[in-house]
Order: sequence, then structure tokens, then C-alpha cells
Amino acid sequence: MRITCPICGERDRREFYYQGDAVALRRPEVDDTPEDWDAYLHLRDNPAGVTRDLWYHETGCGAWLVVTRNTVTHEVLGTVLARDAAGGAA
Amino acid sequence: MMRFSGLRVLKEGLTGNKGWTPHWRDPAPKPDYDIVIIGGGGHGLSTAYYLAREHGLTNVAVLEKGYIGGGNVGRNTTIVRANYFLPGNSEFYSHSLKLWENLENDLNYNVMHSQRGLINLFHSDGQRDAFARRGNAMINQGDDAILLDRDGVRKHLPYLDFDNTRFPIYGGLLHPRGGTARHDAVAWGYARGADQRGVDLIQNCEVTGIDIENGVVKGVQTTRGAIRAKKVGIVVAGRSGQVAAMAGMRLPIESHVLQAFVTEGIKPVIDHVISFGMGHFYISQSDKGGLVFGGDLDFYASYASRGNLPMTEHVMEAGMTLMPMIGKARVLRSWGGIMDMTPDGSPIIDKTHVDGLYIDCGWCYGGFKAVPGSGFSFAHLIATDRHHEPASRFRLDRFRTGRGLMDEEGTGSQHNLH
Repeated sequence: MRITCPICGERDRREFYYQGDAVALRRPEVDDTPEDWDAYLHLRDNPAGVTRDLWYHETGCGAWLVVTRNTVTHEVLGTVLARDAAGGAA
Repeated sequence: MMRFSGLRVLKEGLTGNKGWTPHWRDPAPKPDYDIVIIGGGGHGLSTAYYLAREHGLTNVAVLEKGYIGGGNVGRNTTIVRANYFLPGNSEFYSHSLKLWENLENDLNYNVMHSQRGLINLFHSDGQRDAFARRGNAMINQGDDAILLDRDGVRKHLPYLDFDNTRFPIYGGLLHPRGGTARHDAVAWGYARGADQRGVDLIQNCEVTGIDIENGVVKGVQTTRGAIRAKKVGIVVAGRSGQVAAMAGMRLPIESHVLQAFVTEGIKPVIDHVISFGMGHFYISQSDKGGLVFGGDLDFYASYASRGNLPMTEHVMEAGMTLMPMIGKARVLRSWGGIMDMTPDGSPIIDKTHVDGLYIDCGWCYGGFKAVPGSGFSFAHLIATDRHHEPASRFRLDRFRTGRGLMDEEGTGSQHNLH
């Protein structure tokens, strides 16, 4: 599996740290309910198919990326900087 | 009902093996059952078996979308152990190991359970302290643990590289009752046992919907028609997210891929199960001679049933670091399983928000050894609506409340850390 960093280009998967579902971009507000926080921290759609998850280009440029990926085929469909995708998580 | 025995094997051998019959029926689904178990893997089959044996409930169907033994129960590295540390896990796996120890008599089936001993290696004073503490927890639970020093490990495993520069071997924690079992036989034995007691095992039957009326489960929709049921249990491992979604649930689960490897058969060389945690590597040798080994998750969500080469390379490197002698063994095949990972790395056996709907999931990469215990406890929950004591801490709501998290590795209760 190779991931295309918008800054560095196509790189080996080993350069990236996997954070998890891109739900991480939608942090609840402090006074949101425990259910909102549970959904954010723990509950996952866990799709078999296209998903969007958050990766960190750890040994590259240090950018956080939103990677659109197929969990069944491992095909990487697209990457954008998390900065540009903020708030737009699926 | 055919019973297996040495005498029977002898008789069949002398008469051309013509008397063997199928181990279970292949029934069509009936329109309704008292209990439907979704998932004919190890946990689903053992659940059905213990529903029948412990609770006398035999109007039960197990629905399997593929074939019996075709999922993770036939695709794992077969290790059976009870060396957990935290309350909750400790008593559960202790109970499960006791069931393992009588499983062959119980099922009248040779599951080739081999208590060859499991050794967890350590490489520093700090790790020794941690393993001494774990060993004491195991002994307090009533199980067995022996702390081995370097010479003690050398007696068991003379072929390791003890003076490895990065991870010199300081000793190991020996769990003598740990070992392996023949994974397929476990599935087949439970399937046969459940079938003999009247449970319908329905293969090629995928559940496509769960019928719920006014918060009460009424049955399931399947590729072989609708089936009504008073109670429904979901035991579908890596597919838990999809099946739970049919009941409107989102689970604290992310499915990951875990790879495993097996070499060509060679003469007996590794007598134990060896776990090299610092290298993310563990190994045993099957009775057929293949070295069976694996490492850590690939660490990204996946349903591909195969991994990528970086983890393959990492596992091979770790194996060569620990025991250079295996370098000439040729890898025969590798594969990947779909692991239902929870944030704290511990499982879930609980009721759901729907009356009559129960769930057993989140076994992460450790489900095989739990097959007897999970089925026993899940059957107890379904039959009595009360949690079975050894599994009473496997609550679905522990992530929301923060109470009773069981983070065995101490890395934090977060999805990408287990």
C-alpha cells in the first residue's frame, strides 16, 4: 500500500502513522453530551468499502492527511491535507 | 449418533473406512426458532453447543454466511492460554482454559489440545518485574506460572539468540498449561456436538436484516428467507460492525488485519509456544511440522483478509533476530484475518438496547483461546438474561462510562493502540 502525500508525493506506507477514522476531525465541544464524546472517541461505522481515515506523515513532512481508501481492496482513492478537509469528515 | 473411539478407528480401518458418516446434518432453515445465532464460527458454534448442553435449549439455529470453519476459527495460530493480568480478563480466560482441558471428553472429538507450555520472553529488569507481577496474578487466579531466569529459558529453548544486542534474553514467564489446539477440529467438534443435540447449522445463509418491533427483536431476514426468533445473538467477529448496523447500532469496534505465516513441514524443532513481545513475534510448530508464526496488526482498518509486505518483513526480521536457525525454513503461505478491535483490547459479551438481541464481539486478535469460554458465557447470558460471572465485566457500555475498562497492555483506551 502506497499513499500519496499532497506535499511529498507517493510514498511507502511505512512513512505514515495511522490515527484512525477521520471522525477525529470532528471533536465535540466541551459541553456536548457524554454520548457525543462516546461517538467521537469510540463508536465507529467501520465500513467494509470506502472509508476516510487520518494518517500522519511521520517520517516525511509531518503533515496530517485525510486518506480516502477502500478497506476491502486497500486501494487508495485520494488524499488531502487534513487542514483542507477539516470539518468535512464523512 | 456415532461415537468416536480407538476401537471404532480400528474397526473402520479394517473394513475400508466405509462406516463413517457426515459429522452434522445440512438442514434447510425452519420458519422460526427460539434462538438464532448469527455466525457459525468458533464462538457461534460453542454458544449453540452450550445453549443445548447447559440450558437444554435446542430449538436453535446457527446461521453462517459461508461454511462451518471457514472464518477466523480456521485461520488463526491456534494458541490456547490463560495468562491474563487484569480482573475481568483473568477469571474469564481461566474458566475458558478449564473448559479446554475437558473439551475432548466433553465433545468426544479429538481437538489435539496440546499443553506444551507457553513462554513469554523478557529483556530487561523492568520487564522481569512486570512478568513477575503478571505471574503472581495468574497464580492468584488459580492458574500456573513459573518465572524462568536466563538459564531456565536456555534449558527449554537452547536455540534462541540469548546475547542479541538489542534484546538480550533475561528470562521468561512459563505458563505450563498454555499450548495449542487443532483449530479446525474445534469448529468441527462444537458443530457436531451442537448438531447432535438438535441445533440446526445452516450454511450459505447470510443475514441481511434484523427485524425489530417496538424495541423487541422478532427475527432476521436472510438470503434463505425470513426466520422468526424470540432471541438473536450476534457473534460475527470482524463483521460485527455491519451486522450490528442492521439493528441500528454503532459499535466501539474497528476491524483490522492481522497476518500469520506458516512454513513447509519440518522435523520437530520447537516444542513450546514462544512469545517475543518486544519484537512483536510469536511462534509454535504444528503437529504437521509447519512453523506457525505471526506478529502484530498491520495497523489500519481493513477487511481485505490479507496484509501488506511491511508487516511481513517486520515479522520475518523479528523471527530471525530471535532464532536465526529458522532462516532456511521456507514460508509456505501467509494470510490475514479480520480482527474486531475494541479501544481497550478486551471483548464484549452483553445485551443490547434491543430486547432479545445480544452481542458477543471485540475479541481482537485473541479469540481462538476464548472459543469455549465465550460460548459458555454467551449461552448463559442468552438463556438466563444474566451475565455469567467470569464474563460479567465484558460490558458494552464501559467505553461510554469509562468504568471497567480492561486495557491489558496499558497503552490507553484508544482505537489505534491495540
